[in-house]
This record gives sequence, C-alpha cells and structure tokens, in this order.
Amino acid sequence: MASPILMPALSPTMEEGTLARWVKKEGDVVKPGEVIAEIETDKATMEMEAVEEGVLGRILVTEGTDHVAVNTPIAVLLEDGEDASAADKLDLGPKAEPAARVEKNVPAPASAPQAPASSSTTEIVEPEWGETAEITVREALRDAMAAEMRRDEDVFLLGEEVAQYQGAYKVSQGLLDEFGEKRVMDMPITEHGFTGMAVGAALSGVKPIVEFMTMNFSLQAVDHIINSAAKTRYMSGGQMSCPIVFRGPNGAAARVGAQHSQCFGSWYAHIPGLKVVAPWSAADAKGLLRAAIRDPNPVVVLENEILYGKKFPCPVDEDFILPIGKAKIEREGKDVTLVAFSIMVGVALEAAELLAEQGIDVEVINLRTLRPLDTETIIKSVKKTNRIVSVEEGWPVAGIGSEICTVAVEQAFDWLDAPPARVCGLDIPLPYAANLEKLALPKPEWIVEAVRKQFGD
Amino acid sequence: MNHTENTDISHKILLSAYRRMKTIRTFENRLHEDFKAGIVPGFTHLYAGQEAVAVGICSHLTDQDQIASTHRGHGHCIAKGVDVMAMMKEIHGRQGGICKGKGGSMHIADLSKGMLGANGILGAGAPLACGAALADRLEGKGHVAVVFGGDGGVNEGAVLESMNLASVWKLPLMFVVENNGYAQSTPQHRTTSVSSYEDRARGFGMPAVTVDGLDFMAVYRTAGELIAKMRAGGGPVLLECRTVRFYGHFEGDSQAYRPAGEVKDAWKDRDCLHIFARNSGLDRAELDAVDRDVEQLIEASVQEALKAPHPALNELNDGVYVSY
Repeated sequence: MASPILMPALSPTMEEGTLARWVKKEGDVVKPGEVIAEIETDKATMEMEAVEEGVLGRILVTEGTDHVAVNTPIAVLLEDGEDASAADKLDLGPKAEPAARVEKNVPAPASAPQAPASSSTTEIVEPEWGETAEITVREALRDAMAAEMRRDEDVFLLGEEVAQYQGAYKVSQGLLDEFGEKRVMDMPITEHGFTGMAVGAALSGVKPIVEFMTMNFSLQAVDHIINSAAKTRYMSGGQMSCPIVFRGPNGAAARVGAQHSQCFGSWYAHIPGLKVVAPWSAADAKGLLRAAIRDPNPVVVLENEILYGKKFPCPVDEDFILPIGKAKIEREGKDVTLVAFSIMVGVALEAAELLAEQGIDVEVINLRTLRPLDTETIIKSVKKTNRIVSVEEGWPVAGIGSEICTVAVEQAFDWLDAPPARVCGLDIPLPYAANLEKLALPKPEWIVEAVRKQFGD
Repeated sequence: MNHTENTDISHKILLSAYRRMKTIRTFENRLHEDFKAGIVPGFTHLYAGQEAVAVGICSHLTDQDQIASTHRGHGHCIAKGVDVMAMMKEIHGRQGGICKGKGGSMHIADLSKGMLGANGILGAGAPLACGAALADRLEGKGHVAVVFGGDGGVNEGAVLESMNLASVWKLPLMFVVENNGYAQSTPQHRTTSVSSYEDRARGFGMPAVTVDGLDFMAVYRTAGELIAKMRAGGGPVLLECRTVRFYGHFEGDSQAYRPAGEVKDAWKDRDCLHIFARNSGLDRAELDAVDRDVEQLIEASVQEALKAPHPALNELNDGVYVSY
C-alpha cells in the first residue's frame, strides 16, 4: 500500500527546513538506508535516508522548497508492483502534528530535572566595579576571607597550618594576628574529623571556612562534604542549613606525583547540594570566595597552587563581590567558543592568540562556577560561533567537558557546525618524570589542534 | 638522655646497621644540596636525624616482612634494602628508577624488598599494613608487618581505626610512631591529646613501649623483643621512638617555627650517628671505611641518575591497567 514520506526532524528542536535536493527521482526503487534527499536547516545539510523499501511514486515537494514543516508529506512511497496512480488514492490528510513525533515527546532535558543545577533564566548583571589594583591570587583570597570575617563574626577559618604557620601556601597570612586563635584555628592532621566538626558547626549556625592543605586531602574528608554537608538541607526537609566553605589548591602543581596532582572539578560538580567555583584571576578569587562565604549553602572553592603567585587587576571597591553561577567572557570572538576554568583559562587565552594568527577568531569563556553551570552564557556563545571546545586539566571520562558538550548538543544542536570537542588531561595518573608530566597536561597547542579539527583540518 | 652502650649486638649487625644509617644520612644530605641547587624537583621530605629508628627496626625484618612508609620514606626504603641507585634515579625521574620514574620521592615502592610504598597521604599506610598482615596470616606464612608514621599522621582517623582492627584481629603488625616533635610545623603538644602514645595504645588493648629513637642500640633491642613476640602470635604492638628531624618538613621549608638554636643543637648533640659511633664499640677506622664507601656510592648514584635517559615517551600511557 502506498505510504507518505514525511519531512524529517533532524534534531529535537527542528521545526522546518529546506528540501535542498532529491537524490532519487520518481520511479526509482529505494532500499532502506539509501539516501533519497538532502535536507537543509539553517545550520547544516543532512541526508535523508529511506526507512522502507519501495518505489518513489510521486514527489510532492519539489527540491529547493524552503520552510517545509517537519512531518509534511514530501513524497509517496509505493509498494513493489503498485501503480503510480495508487499515490492519488492516498489520503494525505491533515498534516501530522509535529508534537506527535517521538523526539518531541522527550522532555527537554535542560528543564525540570536539571533546573537546580543550571543557572536561572533571569539575567545576572554584573555591576561595573571601577578602579582596580594588581594583586596576586593569594592576596585576593586572603583579602576575601579578611573582609568577610570583619563583616560577619560567625565566619572563622580552620585547617592544617592555617594559624601560626600562616597557611601551608601562605594564603591565610595575617589572619591569626587580626582575628585571634578563636577564629583562626590550627587543626591536627585529621581531615575526616575536623571537616565533620566544621560541618557540625555550620549546621549549628556558624560559618566555617575549611582550608584543605590541598584538595587531594579533601578525599580524606569527602564523606562529610557529600553526606553531611551537601545532602542535609534536603534530607532534613529544609530544616538544616550548612553555610560552609571548603577551599584549597586543586589540580596539578609541578613534579609532586600522582597522589598530589588531580582536578576535583567534576567530582564535586557532580553532587546536588554543593556549589562549586573555580577562580582563575585575582578578581575571580576575591569575588567568588566572598560570595562562597556568604552563601547559605556548602560551597567548594577550587583554587590553584600555580596561580597563587600570579598578579591580576582586581577591583579595589570594598563591596566587590561576584555572583556564583555566572561565567565571564574573557575574550570575544566569532568563530569558535572555548570554555575553560581555573588555570586552563590562561591556557585557552594563549591558544586564542595562536589561533588569531591563523585567522580564527576565538571566544573564551571563563566558567568561574562549575555548579550551577552558566549554560546560558555557553549556549549564547555557541549560537554565535557555531563551534565549541571545552578545556580542562582533569581527566576526560565524565569530566566537566562531558557536561559542557552535552549541554551544547542538547540546547544548540542546530547551531553546531562541528561536533563539540574536549581537551582534557590524559587519562592516566599524573606521572612524576618531567618529560612525561609535560605530555600529560593540556597546553595551547592541543587546543589549537582541537579547534582546527572543528574547521575540518 | 643516657644512651645505651653495646654489650650484646654482633659486630656484623652493627657494621651493617651503621652502613645503612650512614647511607640514609648521605643520601638525604645530598638531596638537600641538590634541591637547593635546583637539580631535585617537587616535594622532598628528608629523613635525616631519624636513621636509628628505621634501621633499628628493619634490621629485624626479612624481605618477606612488609613495611608501609610515609611521605618521609627514603630512610625506610634504604633500611629495608631498596637499591639506592634505583631510588636516586626515581627521584630524578629517570629510566631505571625503581618505579620507572612515574612515582617520585613520595611513591617509592619495592615489593621484592617488602617495601609496600612511601605514601603521599598521611595515615594511609596503617590500613594498608593491616592488610599486609592479614594477607600474610590468611596464607599462613608467619611474617610480620610494620607501619611507620609520625606524630602528625598518627592522629589520622584511619590510623586509629587500624589500631582497633589490628587489635581485634590480633594481626602481627607493629605501629611505629616516629615522634620528631612536629606535625609539619605544628608542635606535637598542640595537636595530640596524650603526651605518650603508650596511653593511646592502651585504649586499643595493645602493648606499647617508648624508646629513645636516637639510640640505635635501644631501638634495635626493643624492636627485636616486640617483633619476636609478634612472630610468636602475640598480636599488634606500638613502638614510640622519640627522635628529631634535622631538616624542614619539606625541602624549602625555612623552619622559622622552630626555637632558635634547636636545629643547630640537634646536629651537635642529638645526632644518632654520633651516638652510635660513641657507644657501638666499633673502631673509628672501620666506620671511616664505611663512610668512604657510602660517599662513593651516593656520588655514583647521582652521576648515574643524571646520565640516565628520561623515560621513553611511549611509556606515558602504560601501566594504568594490566591486561589479562
């Protein structure tokens, strides 16, 4: 029996397209999987394949027709031996409702289930903060803690070496002098214990900042971060609040071996109930840490040892703070979007320079927050550049890049001119030997190569 | 403190112990210099000052007895007989390194010598050593295990859990607390509720002894008695060794937190090698001969390490999994 061939939806969001070309002509025999036509959307040209075997009886929509709605009958397929006149008898009826298609029935993944993790639709507008001064990331973090400790007596700092030694990486320099040992507390080497203690204190109404000498040692305490801090508000039906900050250097340093060199971005970003920020510049560090301390939720602040000594301009305004959940476009461009966080922002900017020399105009997004992810900024950029490459130091499997590429596919599929790509650290524990270590972590050249692939090179 | 003189330990054991202690000291002194010169990278935690502990205990262990070590692990490795050449190459990240240049200072391991590994995570060795003791007992081999830890790491929950596990299961495991007075920079009394770890062991129903960790003879004798009891099925024990750290927590640590003169005085009056030389009864000439050998060995190990090629680049992805 004759049956209609309908205009296909080539993506979940496609509503109409151009029937660019018929590959088969009336009277041709078609087999399943054979290309019968080419369909163009505003972003891509795709081949349409036959689903069933038969003879292309009649073409209803001529090639070159624009704005053909999804599910419009575009041709009639005849069974073997059927006469072309059978096409006339076919009741093409009212057009099938696009909504009836399976793809349309899939709930938009970015809406309900993920809403808590993605930023709200209300645009967060960052005010202009005016005058800046060059300070190191280390100073920015210290200034943020000092400012919030002055502002709120409930805020206190605890961790190994934070008081008398002024911080294993000297981040807490001067805090003991100003705030005394009741609010700047040296801890024994007991991460599981003091983290649980801090979470308990937070649940009881004060606001601890827990410094991990490095985030590697947060693994000793991860049960309390996830099971005690992140989940308690939900589990208690909203009775209990856990205003706490877990901070410390994250990712690879240099030549310190595999147990001391790993990125916890995707680990913590996976957890509902946590917020996760990963500053790059001094302004990021100061603004985000202040916001983390004020946030009534548990916030993980992923710092970077190599960045501690780097200087950046930072607003001098006493009220300077940044919103959690808002990414920053560090460099505007029109050809491809690079999405990075922490130390990889600098690497992405270097890659952007190299690519500019090759005539590719790169947009670089500094995520700043890993959870909730600012999907709005990412998607807006992708819709402009049509290409996206994520860059992270961490491992590829189930990494932050996996999330970013998925978001791009789910929310901007029709705008993509190339498959989203990831640049990650190699999928191995970080080797100690200098030459091997160098090969294991992303560098600008890797990004250049990934971007060039986006352009078919 | 009065140090014990030798009356009972054989000449052969003493000479061998001195060689190992001197090897550790010379190895660490050399790394200290080479770190300052920028030749040695990363995080390096030196064992100098504590040699009598590792050697006094490991002298009673065979290659089948396993030890778990710490971030400050070079001394334990050498005391357990790990090849010094291969260790030096590892720390330089070269081919021929004991872990193929992939581990580095904090991750030296040599299973053929019963060295389960140094460890970058404080307290992590204790449960692993429980496991070594448990596996040994399951297989009925009759060996013992030793876990080293400092006064800092011993406060980790995992260590306390391990003490309970070892006691419940009567595992042949010795917990060695190398009390050098500092958890990184924090004095022991500011981080620890008890002044003697014997009190802590008592809470787990575990026998415990404290010795002067600068006195090789005392460590050797006490460890020997405790290990013999473990081998006879007596269950776990704790040995606290009061010792001293000659260098910083890590290389590059200025140690401004230590009282003026403490480090200098330690080198002068609390050097376990001097104490050994005075009390062992060995001839100075014998010791000098060992010193010369050891100097040559360490010099050769550095030269070899610097000459050794870097790891082959095609090894980068090898060894994450094993095929079967």
